[in-house]
Amino acid sequence: MWSYFANPHKFLRLSDWLAPAFYTAGTLCILWGLWQGLWVVPKDEYQGGDIMRVMFVHVPAAWLAMASYSALAVASFVWFIWRHELADIAAKSIAPLGAVWTALCLATGSIWGKPTWGTWWQWDDARMMSVLFLFFLFLGYMALRAAMDTRQKAARAGAILAMVGALNVPLIKFSVDLFTSLHQDASVITMEGPKMAAVYLWPLMISAIGHSLLFGGLVMTRMRTEIRDRRIARLRAAALEGG
Amino acid sequence: MSPAPLLSAFRQSLGEAWAGGAGALLPLGFLGGAAVLVPLGIGSDTDTLKAVGPGILWVALALSSLVTLERIFQADAEDGTLDLWLQAGAPVSAIAAAKTLAHWLSAGLPLALFSPLLALMFQAEARPVLLINAGLYALGSLAFFFWGAVGAALSATVRRGGLLISLIALPLYVPTAIFGALAMSGGPGSAGAPLLLGASTLFACAIAPFAMSAALRLAAD
Repeated sequence: MWSYFANPHKFLRLSDWLAPAFYTAGTLCILWGLWQGLWVVPKDEYQGGDIMRVMFVHVPAAWLAMASYSALAVASFVWFIWRHELADIAAKSIAPLGAVWTALCLATGSIWGKPTWGTWWQWDDARMMSVLFLFFLFLGYMALRAAMDTRQKAARAGAILAMVGALNVPLIKFSVDLFTSLHQDASVITMEGPKMAAVYLWPLMISAIGHSLLFGGLVMTRMRTEIRDRRIARLRAAALEGG
Repeated sequence: MSPAPLLSAFRQSLGEAWAGGAGALLPLGFLGGAAVLVPLGIGSDTDTLKAVGPGILWVALALSSLVTLERIFQADAEDGTLDLWLQAGAPVSAIAAAKTLAHWLSAGLPLALFSPLLALMFQAEARPVLLINAGLYALGSLAFFFWGAVGAALSATVRRGGLLISLIALPLYVPTAIFGALAMSGGPGSAGAPLLLGASTLFACAIAPFAMSAALRLAAD
């Protein structure tokens, strides 16, 4: 299966129509979710009144923060074992986008927290801390790649770091969970099914799907750019050798 | 496989660490300098110092590992030692672990052993628990050094790698810092924290050598 997806030509052909499809569907989902979230659903006084509407950006951003680091780790692992160049291109493309959504999660969380809890930042809160360290993992990954002098070295160093980071994520999560928390418990995915009222759940799910699609589309565009970048570099090198 | 390359790497590392002339005094000077700045920065209120004291020592240990590890593998990558290890088929992960251990012995352990004295300066009461805390500092700082060494191995060929190591290693230091602080807090949950601290250190000792080995092979290319 990996070998099929590892072919850059097939990827370019596939993403040629898939990326625009992702953009279109993602934008529609996000717009619908925002419209529902901002104008249609009733406000929840317990969650701070109108400010809880930021949830329709905050929760999808939190989901993407975790999903993008998982994707980064999987892509790094695939590259490290099978050396499929496309996996490295994917990892390189995912990192900055993951960092942006993680920062978005932190920013919207702070904006939600200030009127509700009376503070921008709560050091006791396990989930805020986890996301903050996830953000640092992304920054470290990008800084390490940027510091390497060749593409191959960047790929190898990045893959090692992403895998070490992924091994540590459960430990980091567990350690920060030891702190007591102001944050409400998980309410979308629980053993008894969603606890949240359906009126909020649907716009939230559609928003999350929309953000995921937008993320996927952006990753594909970045990967296409990177593939062409590498092709140009190869052509330049060949031209220099020939001349 | 004879243990010769392992022992020589360990001895050489220890020698390098002591070669500055001051030996273990240098890291202690670093710790003293860092610790003395704190009361100047936050004021000399007794209760405040008592509360922040244990945490300041954790921060100082983390900083000490970052400062001393910057060059741990750079010289080996530059002068060809690394290539010789690889050609000789020496176990790079074990050599990297031995070098890390040597650095910890010269820059981590002395700070941990010195910690009761600094704790007294931070207004802690002179009780036997300070000695137990010294053991916890020693245990936790070992994890700092192993994760920091992974960062150092990854940035062995990078100029100004020190800043990079800090960014890479920071998230990996989190569990140790949390468990360590929890173990010394005396609050709820602190009874099991030393075990968790030990577990996270063992985890670091188990994983880090392989990551270092992969990173050093990359540095040799």
